[in-house]
Parts: sequence; structure tokens; C-alpha cells
Amino acid sequence: MKKSEVPQDNGRVFEKGSRELYYAVDENGEYTTALSTGWDAKNIVQDHTMQEIQERIDTARAGVKAGHVSPIVYFMELRRMDWQIVSDYTGIWKWRVKRHAKPAVFERLSDKTLKKYAEAFEISINELRNYKGN
Amino acid sequence: MIQLAFEHQITAHCENGVASNLLKNKGLDISEPMVFGIGSGLFYVYLPFLKVNHAPGLSYRPAPGWIFNRLAKRLGLKIKRQKFSDKKKAQHVLDENLRRNIPCGLQVGVYHLPYFPEDYRFHFNAHNLVVYGKEGDQYLISDPTMEKVHRLSEPELEKVRFSKGVLAPRGHIYYPIYIPPTIDWEKAIKKAIKKTCNDMLAPVPIVGVRGMRMVARAIRKWPAKVGVKKANYYLAQMVRMQEEIGTGGGGFRYIYSAFLQEAGKKINHPELLGFSEEMTHIGDLWRDFAVEASRVYKKRSNHEDVYEKLSADLLHLADLEEAFFKRLKQVV
Repeated sequence: MKKSEVPQDNGRVFEKGSRELYYAVDENGEYTTALSTGWDAKNIVQDHTMQEIQERIDTARAGVKAGHVSPIVYFMELRRMDWQIVSDYTGIWKWRVKRHAKPAVFERLSDKTLKKYAEAFEISINELRNYKGN
Repeated sequence: MIQLAFEHQITAHCENGVASNLLKNKGLDISEPMVFGIGSGLFYVYLPFLKVNHAPGLSYRPAPGWIFNRLAKRLGLKIKRQKFSDKKKAQHVLDENLRRNIPCGLQVGVYHLPYFPEDYRFHFNAHNLVVYGKEGDQYLISDPTMEKVHRLSEPELEKVRFSKGVLAPRGHIYYPIYIPPTIDWEKAIKKAIKKTCNDMLAPVPIVGVRGMRMVARAIRKWPAKVGVKKANYYLAQMVRMQEEIGTGGGGFRYIYSAFLQEAGKKINHPELLGFSEEMTHIGDLWRDFAVEASRVYKKRSNHEDVYEKLSADLLHLADLEEAFFKRLKQVV
């Protein structure tokens, strides 16, 4: 890539007040560095990824509302986690986390267990318990 | 207030950047491409059985810490590394180092980094930054992927140092403690290039050019196998790994080209300059691959055709790189 070709298609990093560094060649073929505000190709895949994440969150929200899954699933998706990451943050085995994703099991969880989830999701116990998918 | 004499410099990749900035601070003038090249940073591995962000795992670089460790081994540097189970102790050691005038590299998770754009905050735990001072309860942060320096409070820093998940940092702190008076650059550079050639030509189906071919065969089947929606998502993750913050574009190929050029001049090995030029061209083709992939999301194109084309492009890249590294191996 030539230095003059380093893309300047404003992206997410630029929106947050920074730029990205590229290595590119100058007119004499010498390597040098240049800052980029973003690149369309990246913005497209990035936007697509964000859309998919939002869809996962929306599906989880609808699932909670319909009573198919517990709020744990919604907050897991909201925090971009998966079963393993929830397990790592809470210290609760993965198979138990999956069990707690059932609304009937979730209803019976102790405050102590709920607290672990609430901390992992950075919310209060009440927010977690009372989330109805609205 | 403690503020160490430390120069923040933006780099493309976090680990190389931290290594380069810490070593410069210690008096060894070494650029990011040299860190990357001598640390044999160029790599390719496909881990279809490991799902990262709900997509097959793919990496364009070796495991975190390896680049700096290989660099240290080849140049004869000594690096001190520590991990902690006790969060208080982790902070104490950091504070103590700052008091003793030592800027420290830290491995952190990016999900809780407040200055990161929302779009990049995933549970990725192999990010690196430097702490170079403290004012009140605010740490002074030099994150090499950022143009400016930042600040993190004690609880904020603790949170990112003790993020959980794959490759959890566990408070990992590191800094160079010894730099030898003389360095045999020629030996280090040649050894590093050989290692990269061997990695890229490794007789392992998921590694190097063979890994690229395996991915090429897999993506052709994605639309039929997992459906267009999932295939498009997998492809997006692939392009993100290749082009996002840290790679310097083209899956690290440009940084590697810059290394070959600098190395060729440093050890007076003009053949490397030609290889640099060739690798730059290969990097451009990786960029074209990303552009081609991004077309999938734009129009209602025939997805089977697009994936066929991408698969063919990737096979072509594998052929070019196989020939490239075979020839490169001969000249060092």
C-alpha cells in the first residue's frame, strides 16, 4: 500500500477520538507510517457484526418475555458473553449456568447465587430478578 | 504524583508497541516492525473447533507474549513477568515499580476499557498497555493502539487486569530488566526469518499456508453448510481478525514488509529489500480480499458465487505465500 492510499473513511476508532497506524511506502518505496481514520471495508464488516450482536440481544429479550429463557440469557448477550465467559466471571460451572437459564430454575435461585450473576453483569440483584423482557 | 519519563508512541499492534516503547525507554532503539519481525510475529492458524465470538477461531499471530519472548531470546534481553491471584498484591507490585521508576507493561482485557470504542469492546484478553505514572488514584496509561495517552482509576485498572475468559491476564505485569551491551543483529534477524518461514510452511493442516488452504476450502461450503446468515457473520469475523486494530492492515503483511526492508538495510542484505516489495504486494492482495468480502453485505448478490471467488482468492494467496516463504528461506 502506498502512503497516499492509506484510507481515510471515518470509522469507529476515529469517532472515539483516535486514529489507527498503518505501515505504507512513500514515493521512493521506503516504508513509513501513516494514520488512518478508518476504512469502508472494515466499517461494513464492523456494522454487520454489531447488527448480529443486536439481533442476539433482541432474540434473548423476546425469549425472556415469552418465558422461554431466564434473564441470565438476556444479560449474557447484552454483555457480549457466552456460557463459558459467564461461568468464568461468576465461578459457577457452565452446566449450572445453562440450568439457571431456565425460568423455572431461575425463580428458585438464592440471593447469594443471584449476586454472583449480578456482579458479572454489573447490575443490581433486583434488576436481574425483575427483568421481564420489556 | 509520579510521572516517569516515558514517551508514548502510537503503533499498529499492542504487543509490539508495548515492547518497542518499553525497550526504547530502556535505551534500546528498536522499531515496531523490528520487534514484530525478530519476534517472528507473522503467523496463521485456523481453529475451527474453537468458537470465538460465535465464529470459528482464526489468528494471524502467535499466542500473546510469544513475540516479546522470542524477541528477548534472540537479542539476549531479560524480561521480568509476574501473574497474581491476589488483586491487592498485583496493585502493590505495580505501585512499587512506579515508585522505583519502572514503566510496566500490562496484559489486559478490552471489554471494560472505557476509552475503547463500543464496537471493539469484546471479551478479548490479550491486549497490552503501559502504565507510566500515577496521580492520586489515577494511573497514567500509554495504550500503543491509541493516538493519545489515557487515564484509568484504580478500580478500572483492576477490572481490566483481572478480566475473565480465554487467556485471562491474571494481573500479568512485565518489563525488561536487562539489555546486553552488544547485540548480534544479523544472527537474530536470520534466525527470526527462518522461524517465520518454517511456521508458514509447517506440515500441519491448520497452520500457515496449509491453514489458509483449509479455510479456503471451508468458506466455499459455508453458505450451504451453516446458511448464508451465519456464513456472512463468520466472514465478517475473519475480515475483522485480518484488518482490525493491531494488524496494521493486510493481516500484518505490511508490518512484516516494513521489517524486511529495515532488516535488509541493517544487516546489509539487499535481497531482503526485494522480498519486502513482494510482501507489500501480497498485503495489497489481502486488502483486496477484505474489499471483496465486504461486498457480501452490500447487495443481494449471489452468495454462492461470492464465496467461490473468495475461496479462489485465498487459495491464490496461499500459493503466492508458499512460493514466497520457500524462496525467502533459501536466502537467509
